[in-house]
Amino acid sequence: MTKRGKGVLFVSMLLTLTIALGGCAGDKEAKDSNEIAQTQTAASTAGTENAGTQSVEPETDSVADSHITIGIPQDLDSLVPGLSQGAGTQEILFNIYEGLLKPDSEGNLVPAVASDYTMSEDGLTYTFTLRDGIKFHNGNPVTVADVKYSIEVCAGLNGGDPLISAFSNIESVETPDEQTIIITLKESSSSFLAVLATVEAAIVPADIDDLQNNPVGTGPYKFVSRSLQENVILERFDAYWGEPAHIQDITIKILADSDSIVMNLEGGAVDMVARVSTTQAAELGDDFEVLEGTMNLVQAVYLNNSVAPFDNELVRQALCYATNKQEILDFVSDGKGTPVGSSIFPAFGKYYIEELNDTYPTDIEKAKELLAQAGYADGFSFTMKVPSNYHQHVDTAQVVAEQLKQIGVTANIELIEWEAWLSDVYQGRDFEATLVGVDASTLTAGAMLSRFCSDAHNNFINYNNADYDTAYANALAAEAASDDDKATEYYKECETILADTAANIYIQDMCELVAIRKGYAGYEFYPLYIQDLSKLYITE
Amino acid sequence: MKYGLKKFATMLITILCISFLVYLAFDVIPGDAALAALGTDVEPERLAALREEMGLNRPFLERYFDWLVSFVRGDFGTSYKYKLPVADMIVSKLPVTVIMALISFAIMTVVSLPVGIYTAKHSGGRIDRVITVINQIMMSVPHFFMGIMITYVFGMVFKLFTPGGFVSYETDFAGFLSYIIFPCIAIALPKIAISVKLLRGSCIGESKKDYVRTAYSKGNNTNKVLYRHVLKNAMIPVITLWGMMLADMLVGSIVIEQVFNIPGIGRILLTSISYRDYPVVEAIIVLIALVVVATNFCVDIIYGIIDPRINVGAE
Repeated sequence: MTKRGKGVLFVSMLLTLTIALGGCAGDKEAKDSNEIAQTQTAASTAGTENAGTQSVEPETDSVADSHITIGIPQDLDSLVPGLSQGAGTQEILFNIYEGLLKPDSEGNLVPAVASDYTMSEDGLTYTFTLRDGIKFHNGNPVTVADVKYSIEVCAGLNGGDPLISAFSNIESVETPDEQTIIITLKESSSSFLAVLATVEAAIVPADIDDLQNNPVGTGPYKFVSRSLQENVILERFDAYWGEPAHIQDITIKILADSDSIVMNLEGGAVDMVARVSTTQAAELGDDFEVLEGTMNLVQAVYLNNSVAPFDNELVRQALCYATNKQEILDFVSDGKGTPVGSSIFPAFGKYYIEELNDTYPTDIEKAKELLAQAGYADGFSFTMKVPSNYHQHVDTAQVVAEQLKQIGVTANIELIEWEAWLSDVYQGRDFEATLVGVDASTLTAGAMLSRFCSDAHNNFINYNNADYDTAYANALAAEAASDDDKATEYYKECETILADTAANIYIQDMCELVAIRKGYAGYEFYPLYIQDLSKLYITE
Repeated sequence: MKYGLKKFATMLITILCISFLVYLAFDVIPGDAALAALGTDVEPERLAALREEMGLNRPFLERYFDWLVSFVRGDFGTSYKYKLPVADMIVSKLPVTVIMALISFAIMTVVSLPVGIYTAKHSGGRIDRVITVINQIMMSVPHFFMGIMITYVFGMVFKLFTPGGFVSYETDFAGFLSYIIFPCIAIALPKIAISVKLLRGSCIGESKKDYVRTAYSKGNNTNKVLYRHVLKNAMIPVITLWGMMLADMLVGSIVIEQVFNIPGIGRILLTSISYRDYPVVEAIIVLIALVVVATNFCVDIIYGIIDPRINVGAE
C-alpha cells in the first residue's frame, strides 16, 4: 500500500469512528430528552383527567371542513360486517354500522336501529321496535325487511352457515308490521343481546349485494373510499338518527410499521393513534396529549394445565408466588396498568373481585417451599411461547423469566408469529406456557369464563376442575331462571376457583395509551374493542 | 429461435417450480388461513365451515392443481382477507412499485455512468479517492438504514417531506412523486455505489488490454479510446448488473416500503404472508419470478446488441 493509500485509509477510518461516536452521543441525548418528555406526558395526562371532570363541551360543531387522520396498525379485512373477522376491523366498522342495539362507553347496551325492545318472560322471544325515520347512508329508509334480512343472513336462516355461531340459536325472525321485529330463540341465552349489539350483527340494506366495495350502514360515519394497505376515508353522515359526529372528514391511515408511529405523529402525517406503547408515548413532544385507559383484557402467563409440571397445582402456585406484578408494571409500563388475580378484568363491574389480586403476594421462600413439596426442589425449565408482534407481552415475558430465576425455574422465551400462535398454541394446545392477553368479545361473564370449563372448545390451557364445571353450570342455570344475583355469585365462585388453583399466572389488565394531537379531543375509552370516532372534536 | 424456445421453456419450468414451492411452504409452516381469519374468536363449527369454504380440507395436490389451472386461465382467485379479486388488488398497487423502481433505476444510471467513467479516467486522483471512500460507505449501509437516515434528515430536520405522508398516485400525482423521490434515493444510493465501483474497475481492466494500445497507436486520443472502444466492452458486466438491479428494485421494495410507509406490492405481499392469504401470495410471487426471469432474458438480448461476439442465436 502506498503512503497516500495509507493516508486515505486513515482518514476513512477516522470518519467511521467519528460517525460511530457521534451516534453514541446522539443516543445519550435522546435518552435525556426522553426523561423530560416523560414528565411532560405525566403532566398532560393529569391535565386530561381534569378536563374530563369538567366535561368540556365541544363548541365547533359547525366546522364544515374539519378533518382528522387516525393511524391504525393493520388494514381492515372485509368491510361486510358479518364477514369481518379482526377485532381491529370491527372497532373501525363500529362507526359505519350499527346493530339493533349497540354498546355505549360504559358497556351498557343502548338501542340503535331499534328504538325499544322487550323480552318475554321465558327469555325466548324478543320484540324490537324499529326506530322511526332511521336512514341508511344511501338515503333509503331502514325497513323491517332489511332487519329481517340482516339477522337471517347472520343466523344462516337463508341457507348457508350462520355467520355468527351464537345466532344458530335463532328459531325465526318475523315482521308482523312495518315497525316490529320479533326474534324467537330456540333456547334462552343471557348473551344474546350482547351478541346482537356487536358490529357483526349490524343491520345492512337487503338490496345491496356488493357491500364489500360499497359498505352502507346506519352509523354516524359513512364510507367514502379505501385503498388497500393505505387508507380508509370516512365522511360524517348528516342524516344520522342520533347525536351527529363532530368532525366532517376522517382519514384512517394504516401504519404497518409500529416503529414509524412516533415519526408519523411528530411529522404530522397522523393526528391520533390508539394503543401506543409507553416508550412511544414518552418520545412524543409537546404537541400531543397521551390519554390513559385500560386495554380490557387479562394478561397472564397461561399455563398448559395438562402438561407436567404445570399439571401440579403446587407448581402453579409456586410460580404465582414468585412473580411480582407491581415490579412487572414498573418495568414494562412505568407502573401503569391494573394488576388482576383471575380471569376477569375491572370493566366487568359486578363480576370483578379485586381481592383476588392478593391471593399470591410475592413470597420467594414460600414459592421455593411449594416447589420442594411438589418434588422440584432444584427447579425446572420450560418454554414460554410469546407472539412476537405484541411488544408488551414480549417485554413482560422477559421480566417474568427474570423473576422466576429466583426460585430456580428457567423460562425459555420462544417468540412465534401470531398466526403460528393461533394454530399451534390456541388451536393445537401444543405448548407449556404462553404469555398473552385474553379479551372478551362481549361484557358477559361467559365471554371470559366459559373457556375454563373442562369440555369447552376454547379451553386452550386444558383446565380441568370439577368444582369449576359445577359452579359454571350453576351460574348458567341461575341465569336461565333469570336470577341474576345468584348467577353473579356463581360466576364469582368460578373466578375464585381459578385464582385459588392458580390456573394461570395472572398479571394485569394492561394500560392503553392514546396519543392525540392537541387541538383534538373527545376520545372515549370503551370497555370493549371499539374506537368511537364520532365523539372526537376540534378544540381550536 | 431454438435458443429462444429453450430459454422460454426454462422460464416456464422455473416459475412452475417456484409456484409449487410457495404452495408447499404454506402447507408446511404453522398457521392456517381459516384460523388466521377467525383469530381467538374461533368456534369449531365456524372453523370447519370456513375451511370448507376456503377449500382447505381438500388434499394438497388437488388444491395446487386447481389453483394452477385457474391461474393459467387468468383467474387469480379471491383474497381470503379482503374478499376482493387478487388481480384487482395487484393492479391497484403495481403502479406504485413500478414507478418507484423506474425512478430508482433512472437515478442509478444517470448518476453512476458519469461518476464511474470519471473515476476510471482519473483513477488514483484526489477526487477518485474521495469517491472510493464514499462508495465504500454507501455500499456497506443497508438500504433500510439509508431510508431511516433520509427520513430523519430530509423529513424531520429539513422538512422536505412529511414522513409517512404518502399520497396515492390516483389522488395527487405530483404529491406522490415528491414523496416517492426520497425512498427512491434510498434504494438507488447503495446501487449507485456498486455500479460505480464495477464500471470503474471494468474500464480500468479493459484499458490494459492489447486492443487499447492498438487504438492509441492508430492515433486516437484518450477520450476517443475510452468512449469508442473501452466503454463498449466495459459496459457488458455493468449491464448484467443493471439488469439484476432493475429486477431487484422491482421486487425488493418490501423493506423500503415498510420504512417509508408506502402501500405497494411489497406491503401487500408481507401482510398476505402473515395472514396466510395464499391466493395473493402465490400471485405476487409468481409475478416477481416472472419479472426476474424476464429481465434476465432481456439482458441476454441486450448483450447481443452491444457485443456481437455473444451470439444468442447460437447453440
